[in-house]
Amino acid sequence: MADSADNLPLETPLADLHRELGARMVPFAGYSMPVQYPKGILAEHNWTRESAGLFDVSHMGQAFLVGPDHATTARALEALTPGDFQALAPGRIRYTLLTTPEGGIIDDLMVTRSADPSEDGTLTLVVNAGRKAIDYAHIAANLPEGITLEPADDLALVALQGPKAAEVMARHCPDAAAMGFMTAARLAFDGFDCHVSRSGYTGEDGYEISVKADDSEALVRILLAEPEVEPIGLGARDSLRLEAGLCLYGHDIDEATSPVEADLGFALAKRRRAEGGFPGAGRILGELAAGPARLRVGIQPEGRAPAREGTEIRDASGTTIGIVTSGGFGPTAGGPVAMGYVAAEHAALGTPLTLVVRGKDLAASVVAMPFVPHRYFRKQA
Amino acid sequence: MTSYFTRDHEWVRIDGDAAYVGITDYAQSQLGDVVYVELPEVGKTFAKGDDAAVVESVKAASDVYAPVSGVVVAVNGALEKSPAMINDAAETDGWFWKLTLTEPGELDGLLDEAAYRAFVETL
Repeated sequence: MADSADNLPLETPLADLHRELGARMVPFAGYSMPVQYPKGILAEHNWTRESAGLFDVSHMGQAFLVGPDHATTARALEALTPGDFQALAPGRIRYTLLTTPEGGIIDDLMVTRSADPSEDGTLTLVVNAGRKAIDYAHIAANLPEGITLEPADDLALVALQGPKAAEVMARHCPDAAAMGFMTAARLAFDGFDCHVSRSGYTGEDGYEISVKADDSEALVRILLAEPEVEPIGLGARDSLRLEAGLCLYGHDIDEATSPVEADLGFALAKRRRAEGGFPGAGRILGELAAGPARLRVGIQPEGRAPAREGTEIRDASGTTIGIVTSGGFGPTAGGPVAMGYVAAEHAALGTPLTLVVRGKDLAASVVAMPFVPHRYFRKQA
Repeated sequence: MTSYFTRDHEWVRIDGDAAYVGITDYAQSQLGDVVYVELPEVGKTFAKGDDAAVVESVKAASDVYAPVSGVVVAVNGALEKSPAMINDAAETDGWFWKLTLTEPGELDGLLDEAAYRAFVETL
């Protein structure tokens, strides 16, 4: 787990390969992770948008929630989240949130129901690296009898993202090509037993491949041998997800932000909105009805100067109305992009904002996200 | 022309009674792709060590300190249009500002090229 007592950074099963590839390793969520490879963040970002980028996301937490049957396991997870997991079909993935009793966000995570009937009653969770220990303790402490949380510390996770991800996968894992976005299946990749999801966090089509730690380097070397594939570090992962308008836990969402403020209403399932019964339902349903006091919005700075996390946001009269929670340069957008929270009355598209960057006022406005259109693969019916 | 260097990875190249200032090739390699630069205003006076410019990569913003005291007489406006020039030519065409030295004696406290290159080897 991420909280090593001696403060030595943890490593993923691919750490030696990262160093061999010339990665610059940095501490991240208790791990030593590649922030970039020799080609650099800009080239890696653009490569992912144009071809296929390979990301090591093995630092993220993979765990199984195991119960006697799907309905029982789903109900246990529903007691901790605002998602509808009883209605989750086999082989489908949902984005959800662990919420606090006060309606804040403990973590955001992906939940998969196995497509295999023999695994009915098991949900697979993928949680943020920096929240693993907190999430696992919270879930374990709130499970009913007969349901267990089983962290899978012997698995690696890699993401292959970009418009050419599908054609690359087709060469090694033919059944992956026809998968719809947000579906998952247990498949063989050149003989390696893998759990493959068509999902990701870049705004592009792509896959996440869960594989035994011991097999992960061999699998990654096969992918990197494909001409369409380059290794991509955390730096480009961040600029890609920012352009895609996706939240980064600990920056854009945390225990003080509610799902409604964070504009994550899609994670509040219809049935759960009607029934309540999840942690923080009072605040969250109240904000849905009356509107939140503040809202996460896309922010387009004018000019070229990036507005970074922590930048103060003011209205035209100079009153502080919010703060930037993620901001930087969007290589595909071709300029600075940001997101942050503003008081609800300033959240309408087109509202002019002032960003205070190094003591100077910078004009900006509220814009729709994503900054770069999503290109997820939608299976034709 | 004589060049001097700082341990913060700025260089000063003497040109008569004026000097050009920039960041070193090592600095640009550590920053990564430069996407934005904020240059000082012409006419501004800096003391050695003042925040004088900002250089931003995709990942972060970094301050550039005045390596010597002086008055800014010109800035390299081409960097604003093409910030990547700092990656491509950090110690030549990628200069940030030109200044007239007000405390030329400060140069004695800087590193010469050989000493700076040796310092970088230790990092």
